[in-house]
Amino acid sequence: MVLNRKQIEEIRTIIKSGQVLTEESDRYSYSFDASFGTYLPDAVVQTKSVDELIALVKLANRELIPIYPRGQSTSLSGGPLPVQGGIVLDLSVMNDILEIDEEDLVAIVSPGVLTSAIHKAAEEKGLFYPPDPSSSHVSTIGGNLAENSGGPRGLKYGVTKDYVIGLEVITPEGELIRTGGRTVKNVTGYDLTKLIVGSEGTLGIITRAILRLLPKPPASETVMITFDSLVDAGRAISRILSSGILPAKMELMDQASIVAVENYEPSNLPVDAEAIILLELDGHPMAIKDEVEKVAALCEAVGARNVRIPKNAAEKADIWRARKLVSPAIVRIKPTKISEDATVPRSKIPDMCARLQEIRKKYNIHLVVFGHAGDGNLHPNIIADKRDKEEMHRVEQAVAEIFAAALELGGTLSGEHGIGTMKAPFMEMELGAVGLDMMKRIKQVWDPNNIMNPGKIFPEPGQKLELT
Amino acid sequence: MKESLEALRAEFAYEKTNSCVQCGYCLPVCPTYASMGKETHSPRGRINLVKMVGEGRITDLSVLEEPLDLCLGCRNCETACPTGVEYGVILEAARAALVRRKTFSAPVRMLRNTMFTKVFPSKKMMKLAGNALWLYEKTGLQTAIRKSGLLNKLPYHMGAFEAITPGAASPAERKQMPQRIQAKGQAKYTVAFFTGCIMDAMFQRINRLSVQLLAAAGCNVVIVSEQTCCGALQAHAGEMAEARKLAKRNIAAFEKEEVDFIVNNAGGCGAALYEYAHLLADEPEWSKRAQAFTEKSRDISQVLAVCGGLHLQPRSGERVTYQPSCHLTNVQRVTREPLELIRSVPGIEFIEMGQAHMCCGSAGIYNLVHYEQSMDILDEKMKYTKATKADVVITTNPGCLLQMKMGIGREGQATSIRAVHLVEYLAEAAGIS
Repeated sequence: MVLNRKQIEEIRTIIKSGQVLTEESDRYSYSFDASFGTYLPDAVVQTKSVDELIALVKLANRELIPIYPRGQSTSLSGGPLPVQGGIVLDLSVMNDILEIDEEDLVAIVSPGVLTSAIHKAAEEKGLFYPPDPSSSHVSTIGGNLAENSGGPRGLKYGVTKDYVIGLEVITPEGELIRTGGRTVKNVTGYDLTKLIVGSEGTLGIITRAILRLLPKPPASETVMITFDSLVDAGRAISRILSSGILPAKMELMDQASIVAVENYEPSNLPVDAEAIILLELDGHPMAIKDEVEKVAALCEAVGARNVRIPKNAAEKADIWRARKLVSPAIVRIKPTKISEDATVPRSKIPDMCARLQEIRKKYNIHLVVFGHAGDGNLHPNIIADKRDKEEMHRVEQAVAEIFAAALELGGTLSGEHGIGTMKAPFMEMELGAVGLDMMKRIKQVWDPNNIMNPGKIFPEPGQKLELT
Repeated sequence: MKESLEALRAEFAYEKTNSCVQCGYCLPVCPTYASMGKETHSPRGRINLVKMVGEGRITDLSVLEEPLDLCLGCRNCETACPTGVEYGVILEAARAALVRRKTFSAPVRMLRNTMFTKVFPSKKMMKLAGNALWLYEKTGLQTAIRKSGLLNKLPYHMGAFEAITPGAASPAERKQMPQRIQAKGQAKYTVAFFTGCIMDAMFQRINRLSVQLLAAAGCNVVIVSEQTCCGALQAHAGEMAEARKLAKRNIAAFEKEEVDFIVNNAGGCGAALYEYAHLLADEPEWSKRAQAFTEKSRDISQVLAVCGGLHLQPRSGERVTYQPSCHLTNVQRVTREPLELIRSVPGIEFIEMGQAHMCCGSAGIYNLVHYEQSMDILDEKMKYTKATKADVVITTNPGCLLQMKMGIGREGQATSIRAVHLVEYLAEAAGIS
């Protein structure tokens, strides 16, 4: 226990409008996310009041109590895990504010609002909030901001940070600051908005955000292309992107994912193909019609077996449904799924595909490749059984080698899931000793007592990736 | 009590929790997570608690009691789960494991024992209850008691439910239900009708109409006299031995008739019948027979649909909405047929209810034992019900029917909205009374 009884009493006097949960059942219920590990917090706090939060953070800073902001805990990297005990702050309850300002083309939101609710509210006004993590119907915008989430549309539209122009943040010392504003152009001083987005809750608690919206594209079209070779598929991706066409989504499924989906729920996919690419083009109807034809020709030129354009909305829905079935299908093989998001430059996609095949063979692991191929954010998913210690050890080595491969090819450890606890041991590999030190110095200045989401993104001495 | 982790894991269906990847996709569809606002009352939270027991991290099992108790068991989470976690199996195993360790207070133990083993499974007891209800209504006792204010003093908010219980069938009417009914015209199927315990006691009229509708659609209908309660309430309360006993009695009873389908009209009972194969999977002498029973089990809407529907009279401009039974939707996965039947009624305007997939809060006896929580869930449901501006709310389960009546009453809408069972509505449209 980090907290003593007196401190809990004091927290209870601060949190008047919300709840302080200390029952064992509640503490265990806030001890996990969608990654690995269980860490028991001492207390869970729920409140909608920014003033109460400020007082709470001041107390935590004075008494050196760790605080972990949490949305709906869909994080795949360990972002909200209370690794050192202390207080989990359940911000999913702060879901009151969601305004769409049509004149300024912005959405103003509180952190607990579901990302899908923003999509819906924007679309009702003919507008569009592009970041679309697959978990958007359950993840909160606060979590998306903290982890700098992406999604299939990242290819054309970028990720969360590209749509945040202003924030309200409680600093680790309990002060309320505002960064950025509601103008698209804003160059006053350091860009603290960009610094906080993706800082994974280590620099403060986001209590409100101003998000940029776009006009909704008038039409979209889907194309499904089948390949006999995964490397050819990688080549086709590069070819399409260098041709001047920018699809909204470009998703890849390898043979293992195709077979898994067909076994799970027959979806008319070619099980003998080595890869499928699914494309979505959006924009003006005339323009995308022309683009569809060009994409088809390009793919055929690099040896695609088949190009399919769905005839109606139902066929289109079926194609995207098959892609969505990959996750449920692959965990039928074995229960434990390690979903990686190492990302490479677009031009290196074919090389990365080849490296992943080598790693699969070398460590004799069940590795499935699918994901957002267009932006280099392949999702190599390893399917294992965490009860099999020997297998998990091979998985740990394979994961480390995937990261090494991505970095060697000029890529990054994380395209959209964040570093959290999972990738902290590899940070220096990407940033270098000095690069990592500069980041640590920033953290020290913002959070001198290291109370805000401690144990995240920076490795403890000797920390290694452990999955068992 | 010192127990080996191995034994606990088996008892708590720990293996099944391994397929949960904690993605949280179940959160938005869980009614208790929405109403109670804590991860502790979400499917992911509950599965994690069981996981923690299996991993030896939680040793005081009472920690699980409240979170599991407050689950409605609607199993909506199973429809949202991308990895196919068998939440129902985990919940059932955990509840049974907790009940085994629990020492209920003497009166509660007696009440549980009486209700689960003596009343629901006994035709005689249920008939008595039905007759008592009829007597209670007809003798003026009802009026007297309602006036006395005594109802507010009943345990479990029984008073609130008393106001909405339907007019019971008289003992004379009760006897009129024949054992065999011939199909109208050419017989397409021969079916056995599952009467259910509560359906038969409190909603005997709906049972009678069901049989008439089946006959009108072209079914020869048999009513097997040795049938008993389906065991759903017992299984949900963790009384698995009793549930298995009832399942075997029903299987043996229905095996005596050569039928194409075993038809029920209550989503909750139907789900229990549908799961007999799972319930008896580990008993070699029963598993095949249970499988055969399950394969024949159908909701009445499925049978009416497969018969080609009914001849229905046009109704003028009625606005109708549908509150599907969770167990019909999430366990039996029957969604299309009830809607098709409703839409086949000429002249009505069908309005889909927002958040229709969320439980109404009835959930077996949940609304009795967790009255406050159930009413919070119901109040949310009523927001969407009222938004449809419907004249009629159609349900497919007795519990949902009572709960919706309760909700309509709470909103003071009893004069403008009526709640009916699908069977009642179809019977009206078919001119059957």
